[in-house]
Amino acid sequence: MCRLLHLFSLALVLTPAPLLALEFNMPSGVTDTSQSVFNLHMTIFYICLAIAVVVFGVMFWSIFHHRRSRGAKAAQFHGSVVVEIIWTIIPFLILVAIAIPATTTLSDMYDASESDVDIQVTGHQWKWHYKYIGEDVDFFSILNTSREEIENRKKKNPNYLLEVDNALVVPTNKKIRFLFTSNDVIHAWWVPDLAIKKDAIPGFINESWTRIKEPGLYRGQCAELCGKHHAFMPIEVKAVPEASYLAWLEDQKAAKLAEAASAEQDWSMDQLMTAGATVYEKNCAVCHQADGSGVAGAFPALNGSAIVQGDKAGHLDIVVNGKLAKGMPAFGEQLSAVDIAAVITYERNSWDNQTGDHVSPAEVQTLMDKQ
Amino acid sequence: MSAHAETAHHGPASGISRWILTTNHKDIGTMYLVFSLLMLFVGGSMAFVIRAELFQPGLQMVMPEFFNQMTTMHGLIMVFGAVMPAFVGLANWQIPLMIGAPDMALPRLNNLSFWILPFAFAMLLSTLLMPGGAPDFGWTFYAPLSTTYAPPSVTFFIFAIHMMGISSILGAINVVVTIFNMRAPGMKLMDMPLFVWTWLITAFLLIAVMPVLAAVVTMMLMDVHFGTSFFNAAGGGDPVLFQHVFWFFAHPEVYIMVLPAFGVISQIVPTFARKPLFGYHSMVYATAAIAVMSFIVWAHHMFTVGMPLAGELFFMYTTMLIAVPTGVKVFNWISTMFRGSMTFETPMLFAIAFIVLFTIGGLSGLMLAIAPADFQYHDTYFVVAHFHYVLVPGSVFGIIAGVYYWLPKWCGKMYDEKLGQWHFWLSFIGVNLTFFPMHFVGLAGMPRRIPDYALQFADFNMITSIGAFLFGTTQLLFVYILIKTVRSGKPAEQLPWDGAQGLEWSVPTPAPYHTFSTPPVVGDK
Amino acid sequence: MKRWLNPTTPGGLIAIVVLMFGFGFMLVPLYDVFCEVTGLNGKTGGPYQGAASQTEAVDERQVTVQFVANRNANLPWEFAPEQEEIKLQIGERKQTAFYVSNTYDHAVVAQAIPSVSPAQAADYLNKVECFCFQQQPLQAGEQKGFPLVFFLDPDLPEEITKLTLSYTLFDISDRAAAEGY
Repeated sequence: MCRLLHLFSLALVLTPAPLLALEFNMPSGVTDTSQSVFNLHMTIFYICLAIAVVVFGVMFWSIFHHRRSRGAKAAQFHGSVVVEIIWTIIPFLILVAIAIPATTTLSDMYDASESDVDIQVTGHQWKWHYKYIGEDVDFFSILNTSREEIENRKKKNPNYLLEVDNALVVPTNKKIRFLFTSNDVIHAWWVPDLAIKKDAIPGFINESWTRIKEPGLYRGQCAELCGKHHAFMPIEVKAVPEASYLAWLEDQKAAKLAEAASAEQDWSMDQLMTAGATVYEKNCAVCHQADGSGVAGAFPALNGSAIVQGDKAGHLDIVVNGKLAKGMPAFGEQLSAVDIAAVITYERNSWDNQTGDHVSPAEVQTLMDKQ
Repeated sequence: MSAHAETAHHGPASGISRWILTTNHKDIGTMYLVFSLLMLFVGGSMAFVIRAELFQPGLQMVMPEFFNQMTTMHGLIMVFGAVMPAFVGLANWQIPLMIGAPDMALPRLNNLSFWILPFAFAMLLSTLLMPGGAPDFGWTFYAPLSTTYAPPSVTFFIFAIHMMGISSILGAINVVVTIFNMRAPGMKLMDMPLFVWTWLITAFLLIAVMPVLAAVVTMMLMDVHFGTSFFNAAGGGDPVLFQHVFWFFAHPEVYIMVLPAFGVISQIVPTFARKPLFGYHSMVYATAAIAVMSFIVWAHHMFTVGMPLAGELFFMYTTMLIAVPTGVKVFNWISTMFRGSMTFETPMLFAIAFIVLFTIGGLSGLMLAIAPADFQYHDTYFVVAHFHYVLVPGSVFGIIAGVYYWLPKWCGKMYDEKLGQWHFWLSFIGVNLTFFPMHFVGLAGMPRRIPDYALQFADFNMITSIGAFLFGTTQLLFVYILIKTVRSGKPAEQLPWDGAQGLEWSVPTPAPYHTFSTPPVVGDK
Repeated sequence: MKRWLNPTTPGGLIAIVVLMFGFGFMLVPLYDVFCEVTGLNGKTGGPYQGAASQTEAVDERQVTVQFVANRNANLPWEFAPEQEEIKLQIGERKQTAFYVSNTYDHAVVAQAIPSVSPAQAADYLNKVECFCFQQQPLQAGEQKGFPLVFFLDPDLPEEITKLTLSYTLFDISDRAAAEGY
């Protein structure tokens, strides 16, 4: 049995080798901060490992040598002030040695100097909203993995659960300041490669900053339990050189104008149904289910619903303004007029709902403008 | 010292009323232990659901909302239903025996504090059947997820917590009063066995922090039903305040769950090393130091919540300091083994595993204390690995070790040593297989409390699930060993362990229904 | 020692329990004091009480103040600052506004909750006039501009060159009704 214990201690000592491979360990990341956090992590890890080797070494040595089966006779000493003082002071000194670099790293993270880009990050159940302050660009970022993959009906792609529709685009080598807040419950925005994890708290703002050194796509997830789809609100940060970033910003502004213009156009029933299916899958299926059957006791069925089959104004009102007490968000602030018109049309003409009517983006726009 | 053998004027009452009306510390201790074993399996079956869902990526077994109910209930039941009552059970059996008292000081209160528990847990478990489901906001129940956004069953959850709190407080009052007033003549505080010391300190922690838990759930209740806004930003409250008050309770709570295990280990290691405990005084002071410091470290659970730099540094430094007294305890245990004459029966095996694996949990705790690194560790499986290392091979192994150690005295029968060794090795392998890979997935970026995960975490999660199934089913062997011992174990000797010291071994085997009706004389060395 | 204070008797221990239960509630005001002292959470204080005559810049330092309007799930109205950013000098008094419109078909009493980041700047942002000091009743469809007058305290730490003031609107109609608004 003792041999087994020995083997286990040996296994413990040998683990750091695979620990260095990426998927076993913390990423060292792409910012100065993340790299100093990584170094700090490895330093403490090796110190802990050294402590463990010494402590367990003594222990297993005495387990081996001071066994009765080897004829060991018990000594009767039961204390030594000198020894006890030594093993109080030595750990204290080790702790001081760890505390110094930890304090330096932490102070760097609190640097309040001028930033180049300010982005407001708002957690929603269960998606992220990004707003570029002073730029009039803002959008939602929603999980892009299909229900089929989650429900094991389709092969999972390599970025399963870590992919979104609209990534957060940021410039490299610029100081980016993030402001975190939440629309409902507490979320936490976490991107390991940037070593940022900050809680997004309703009613309050928090901040953090980063300066990304290398272009690339960095993925993360919500880290604070925020309800049933906590596992399904990932983060994608796309770092690009400044010129591409500026071009992207211009594209976003142009797209926003184009979208407003498209609300003025006439949309055919088919166009609305196709667009509506996508919007429904991304925003509604989470609760009301893909087949509109809902979840008994929690989320009402849309299939056969009186509101959906009833008059358009009532349907439009609940989608635009929501019903907080029942957990229905107000999509008026989240979706464009086109998306709302499409999804309402889709709901009114899917499954057993065959009202045959459709809602045009212009109607929605009129209602939203009136408000 | 053997005069008390004849003092059993009357035995237990017969039938079910024995258990309902009993005021006997041994009966109540047994009920606590059986109850906690039952809860270990209830909480364990929830862990089984969690690990089955996480066996592979994708949603297979349960819906995410039910998964959240499982993680929440698993945590609550293991903390308040399995670990804490088990320690109260050990305290009930052992404290009177170890200090030479005939019973607990407040026997009727003792009966009450046990019988609150089945009702509290029946209420908590009944929420699983309610519309909207059981609590699904994690065992830390952060507002506003647990207030504005909670399922209707939150009210029952709050009442259940209140009842568990009252039970713990009454139990703790009983322990303190017993220890201060019922010690055998001549036994000074510094003569008490370490298990009694650690429980005395634990009891004071319970009395100090369980009311704070009661206060925080009362505030929740008022926010949910009476329109106050303690934790609601809309009315000028603050959700972060909830976390501060909660962790002000919950960090000492963490030590409540492990200090009595320190006590058990400090009894077992000297027995099987046949050598006195090294540094008795420093053990007592270290325990007290850990308890006092547990009140000034709470915000290390909240490093990512957005504190000023000075706050982060303060909580980082105080947390690191706790490593010093904890280290003292580990060094003392090892020095007790050093130059002893050791044998490795089941209690000692569990005790050694406790020391090794608790130390691993302690070292990962030290890593978590480093605030900048904690930004990466926080709310990941690294944290899950850390606290399971201190709670499962920590608290739970401590309890199991204590049960094997004292069982011969309690029931007069010896457990099957061979099966005990099997139980140990399967548990040891299972526990490490379950929780060690969690360090890796946590560092690699897997958040906790998720029912589905990205593909790079799949291999380790499968290993973890296999380990969990092994560890869980192994505990059925424990139940079998216990039943076999009580039914058909070989009669135990008066002193089952040749190195054991202390008053509890001076009573006959099995311990009679009433012991120490005449106080023993202590201090005649 | 009086019997009820003795922590070795049931009475004394119950006294501790009662005290600690009270202490749990005491943590609420204690926390507010703590927040005010350390600037934890970026909570700002009430109306500025100092010398009201101060309106001129007292320092060459330029600081950027950003304004953020959050829409909570609780009240998803249109809500936006007049300007997203203002550059000003220390001590200089500035007026700006937030625009809000009640998109509901019924009257609502709203309350704006302020928060400042970085949190340690909260103590140095002095609000002379703010819509967050009062509950704000809005009729169905009503649109309103909320004024805000503020200046930065000369004691603002040197390293802070940019700070953000955020407001989140909440629906407190129920509570306002209970208070007899």
